[in-house]
Amino acid sequence: MRFSIFAQSGAVALALALSTGAASAQQYPTRQITMIVPFSAGGPTDTVARLVAESMTKDLGQTIIVENVGGAGGTLGAARLAASAPDGYTLLLHHIGMATSDTLYRKLPYKTLEAFDYVGLVTDVPMTIVARKDFPPGDLPGLISYLKENADDVNMANAGLGAASHLCGMMLLSALETPIQTIPYKGTGPAMTDLIGGQVDFMCDQTTNTTTQINGGTIKAYAATSPERLAIFPDLPTMNEVIPGFQAGIWHGIYTPAGTPDEVNRRLSASLQKALTDPNVVTRFAELGTAPSTAEEATPEALKAKLEAEVALWRPIIEAAGQYAD
Amino acid sequence: MNIFDNLILGFQTAATPENLLFCLAGVLLGTLVGVLPGLGVTATIAMLLPLTFQLGPTSALIMLAGIYYGAQYGGSTTAILINLPGESSSAVTAIDGYQMARKGRAGTALAVAALGSFFAGCVSTLLVAIFAPPLTTVALKFGPAEYFSLMLLGLVASIALAHGSILKALAMVVLGLLLGLVGTDVFTGSERFIFGVREFADGLSFVALAVGVFGVAEILRNLEDEKTRTVLQTKVSNLWPSKEDFRRMAGPVLRGTGIGSLLGILPGGGAILASFAAYTVEKRISKHPEEFGKGAIEGVAGPESANNAGAQTSFIPLLTLGIPANPVMALMVGAMIIQGITPGPGVAAEKPDLFWGLIASMWIGNLLLLLLNLPLIGLWVKMLTVPYYILFPIIMAFCSVGVYSVNGNAFDLYSICAFGLVGYLMLKLKCEPAPLLLGFVLGPMMEENLRRAMLISRGDPTTFLTRPISAGLLIATVLVLLVVLLPSIRKRREEVFQEED
Repeated sequence: MRFSIFAQSGAVALALALSTGAASAQQYPTRQITMIVPFSAGGPTDTVARLVAESMTKDLGQTIIVENVGGAGGTLGAARLAASAPDGYTLLLHHIGMATSDTLYRKLPYKTLEAFDYVGLVTDVPMTIVARKDFPPGDLPGLISYLKENADDVNMANAGLGAASHLCGMMLLSALETPIQTIPYKGTGPAMTDLIGGQVDFMCDQTTNTTTQINGGTIKAYAATSPERLAIFPDLPTMNEVIPGFQAGIWHGIYTPAGTPDEVNRRLSASLQKALTDPNVVTRFAELGTAPSTAEEATPEALKAKLEAEVALWRPIIEAAGQYAD
Repeated sequence: MNIFDNLILGFQTAATPENLLFCLAGVLLGTLVGVLPGLGVTATIAMLLPLTFQLGPTSALIMLAGIYYGAQYGGSTTAILINLPGESSSAVTAIDGYQMARKGRAGTALAVAALGSFFAGCVSTLLVAIFAPPLTTVALKFGPAEYFSLMLLGLVASIALAHGSILKALAMVVLGLLLGLVGTDVFTGSERFIFGVREFADGLSFVALAVGVFGVAEILRNLEDEKTRTVLQTKVSNLWPSKEDFRRMAGPVLRGTGIGSLLGILPGGGAILASFAAYTVEKRISKHPEEFGKGAIEGVAGPESANNAGAQTSFIPLLTLGIPANPVMALMVGAMIIQGITPGPGVAAEKPDLFWGLIASMWIGNLLLLLLNLPLIGLWVKMLTVPYYILFPIIMAFCSVGVYSVNGNAFDLYSICAFGLVGYLMLKLKCEPAPLLLGFVLGPMMEENLRRAMLISRGDPTTFLTRPISAGLLIATVLVLLVVLLPSIRKRREEVFQEED
């Protein structure tokens, strides 16, 4: 209450100070903002979005409501943003799928690298390579040699085309240069169920999905895919230690439609940077096994560079796997 | 060891005035939204989820669980009163429940549904409390091969859902299977039957299909001729079930509770089969199979009990493993994560008050629902006396809002219109929508599990016979087929139809 009065008086003061015209960007935002999440409510991306949106609301003085526009691997939500007015009142929080769908989907209704403006990176969720709890290999080098020797007998689960686990799996197989049978599921839940039940042997998935199961002893972890060891699992080696250069993370970013005024993107970026230092956001992110992006990463430039690099990174991997989502 | 200590802790947590209030608010909200046709449980929870973010974790989960059962009760209400199931399980209730309503026994049907659900809720809550960990172990034994065999059994048994020609029922199952193929192939990413419409990439909407073939078709039929508006014209007789009704519902409620509790623990579609399986069983063992489809009280009592029992036991995989058994449970996982609780094997030990409080609140929620719904029955039944020219547009508006709210996708609205016409055509051809819905729901899951099992076995089909649980289910499937095809039984069916003619 006190805050909103403050915000209102601030806006009034601003309006008075800046005599006429050109003030629209400075006054932004003057009404409610919609943040599109291209996945269903309650999922990991939705959780990230709601935590950030709640914190940014405090800073912007306008409510950010999260709208879940799920379907077609997140491309329906991205298409919705591409068709929205570039006024800063419609945002999109999307993950790595923004980059991979450019290759996975051959008939997108928007051009990934042209249709959007950028606010900044939000977080980069690390992945873990996990297996059923009675899987024979004892450590990471053991796992790699076991997979190479038993390539015909092991099964690797993933949560469907374009899912984090699918991307990480493709990267792993391409690094091992070993073809392994993949067993696709519709979502992480069923894939994890069958991993716990020992129906499949191993998978690679985000810490948001694996941390509690690893801690509960229902599955075992072999490696993290982050450049550094994870704070929550300091004894867990990284893939990087065994296969130099191997790293995969599910990075999340906030986008606006192309043509959004630069001041608006800057204002949102500043607000995002503040949100990412909000103790509540930091704590909740830590519980999910991830850390907020730094202030340098939460900028339009960093997200633009990341998206361009990742589109280029994944194109050959996806094309080599020959799997498309349409 | 101290199951009683745990339950006492649970009731202490759940019975604080604050939590009781949220439980009541949950079931009330759930019932209200569930009664709105077209709004299924998943849509309801998805929309109300943000409301709970401001509450404490225990209160939030108690309220969400309340919305879950509440919406299920509400969904049955519309299935019975206006033939509008909000989800697959109440599609079965609609078969006999709506016929009871047309005979002026809407009140009885609603009371039977409420009482049966309450009983099932009590038993399955106790099951969750006592057997959660061992039951989880059983559920984990179900791999792709077992699920395939289970779904095959379900599909074969679903033919018994029909009260007309077996051939037509089969045709409807197959049509449902075909409609279920629309979308993106999970395994290769190929698009199937989507005709360039990106909105169809994730398949047709179940809610749009159900609302169309059940609801819109029924409305069209009613508009056809003033005189066939049976629901309105029949005087609504006594609201409370008679002694005879109670006698007839006892067995179905007990069996439904058992079936529902067992199938509910299977993550990945077990619960969907519960109400269908209960209906099939009741019809098979009934002394009056000819009454099924014409307002048999057993056809409401069995599936409703199974449905509610399954709803409760589907919490088992969530609470013991952190695995969501269905989309609603996936939303609950989201709610827990946002509340800072990571659902998983550790929840019972780390947060005993939350774990047991939630279980105790299930029972309290069911009691509240019974107390809430029994007096409301009179009110719901009065809804039927609202003139149709007012009721129809309202129903259609709510259906459309409900369906649109699920994905914010205008294509789902066109789907309702298209499926409404399909449903009307089916009514004219005397084909029934329930087997179609079952085929639609089970088909894609069956295909997925079949292909997954074959991938794991490297293309060896004997995997279905060498895995004991799968083999047992396949044997049961053969038995059901034999029963359907056995000459004496077929003769009995024919006699039944002659009587009808």
